[in-house]
Amino acid sequence: MSEHDEPATGSSPLTISLGLAALVALGATVALGLSLPATVEQGEYSRLIAIHPGVAWASYVSFGVTALASALWLWPRTRSPRWDLVAGASAEIGVVFTALTLVTGSIWGRPTWGVWWVWDARLTLSALMLALYLGYLALRRVPNPPTIRARRSAVAALLAVAVVPLNHFAVDWWRTLHQGRSLAQIDPGNDLDGAFIGAMLLGFVAMTLVYAWLLVHRVRVARLEAAAEQAHLAVALEERRAEALVSP
Amino acid sequence: MWRDALLVAGKDLRIEARSRVATNQVAPFAVLVLVLFAFALDPDRGVLTQAAAGLFWVAVLFSAVLATQRAQAVESPAGTGDALRLSGLDPAGIFLGKAGAVAVQLLALEVLLGVGVIVLYDVEPAGLATLAATALAATCGLAAAGTLYGALAAGSRVRETLLPLLLLPAVAPVLIAATRASEAALGTSAAAVAAGDWLALLGVLAVVYVAFGVVAFGALMEEA
Repeated sequence: MSEHDEPATGSSPLTISLGLAALVALGATVALGLSLPATVEQGEYSRLIAIHPGVAWASYVSFGVTALASALWLWPRTRSPRWDLVAGASAEIGVVFTALTLVTGSIWGRPTWGVWWVWDARLTLSALMLALYLGYLALRRVPNPPTIRARRSAVAALLAVAVVPLNHFAVDWWRTLHQGRSLAQIDPGNDLDGAFIGAMLLGFVAMTLVYAWLLVHRVRVARLEAAAEQAHLAVALEERRAEALVSP
Repeated sequence: MWRDALLVAGKDLRIEARSRVATNQVAPFAVLVLVLFAFALDPDRGVLTQAAAGLFWVAVLFSAVLATQRAQAVESPAGTGDALRLSGLDPAGIFLGKAGAVAVQLLALEVLLGVGVIVLYDVEPAGLATLAATALAATCGLAAAGTLYGALAAGSRVRETLLPLLLLPAVAPVLIAATRASEAALGTSAAAVAAGDWLALLGVLAVVYVAFGVVAFGALMEEA
């Protein structure tokens, strides 16, 4: 029961500094991203390199954390309601980041490839990942007792992680048109490329910090929700008992 | 485990044989999907023949959703799911049995749909060995994944809408690989990857889903 007795609300100096660090990193990413020169092939849109790879990276981190937390819940020695909350919170944030990846990719793809969407391997994989985790979140919203919900969600999360690499193979063989890996095609000796790498890496750091901050707060809200649910139940039980005492 | 699997599969198949839901509802639905594709696409310009492999597997996928929903539905009334849990059968055996029963139904359905595609879409059957291997591997993967996700969505009031959302993105690689392997067998493919590679991917998918189910089904049946 100690899960819900801990001070679950409010910020601590640590989370406030995490939030500030995320804010500063995000601001620096935007500033550096906007200061990048327009390139010949991609024009103004090349600056999306500061945002897009970082957002995509954060979505992978989110789903990785979901899988890890789910495994920790399933492992009897580490089982704790906390891991279930972390898994759910991280998946929610991951879905947001995946959606942002698709949106920023589309914004970049329209002027560069001439279309909003192409059936390229990585785009398709991201879309499938979004669908997989939307399903996971839908499963979490099914009204079930907490332990059953946690168990089913944990199995679904591990299943999703097993499926993503297979999806990757399938769509990779099916179509390939994407830029190759972002880091693989850049020549670090080149000054211009150096600036782009810097902006991209800063984007990675900023998005990871934003993710961490969101996760901390989403887990807090989830804990409060669980505590409120418990409290409602206690109040309802109390009321029924009172009724029983009043009526002879 | 295998004896339990045969027991459960036999039970589910007997229920299907007696209730005739698979033959009277799922099979006509699958054929209807083939007809609807013909309405949606132009049947005169060879579009259907070109796309036959993909349309065939989409029809199988939709039917797999129905079949797994049905496999779960037979356990929900009158607490037969609880009875199965208390029966002392090995959970891995129960999983293999339920998945096996779905696989048998899907294979029968694929034969029917295959005839449908040949007749309705004017497809020349070719590469039968490859087609059979594709059907077998893809069906194992579909049945195992369907049974797993069926158990995940079981017992909830929203299971009819939840199951497709969970299952379809997870079996998307089955659709892609089965379609490409079938195209390669039929000779309608333009892809560079050979049928053997797609078959290998299908095999890996089937192994992953079956292994995951064997390991995880016990935890899912535990409940409470």
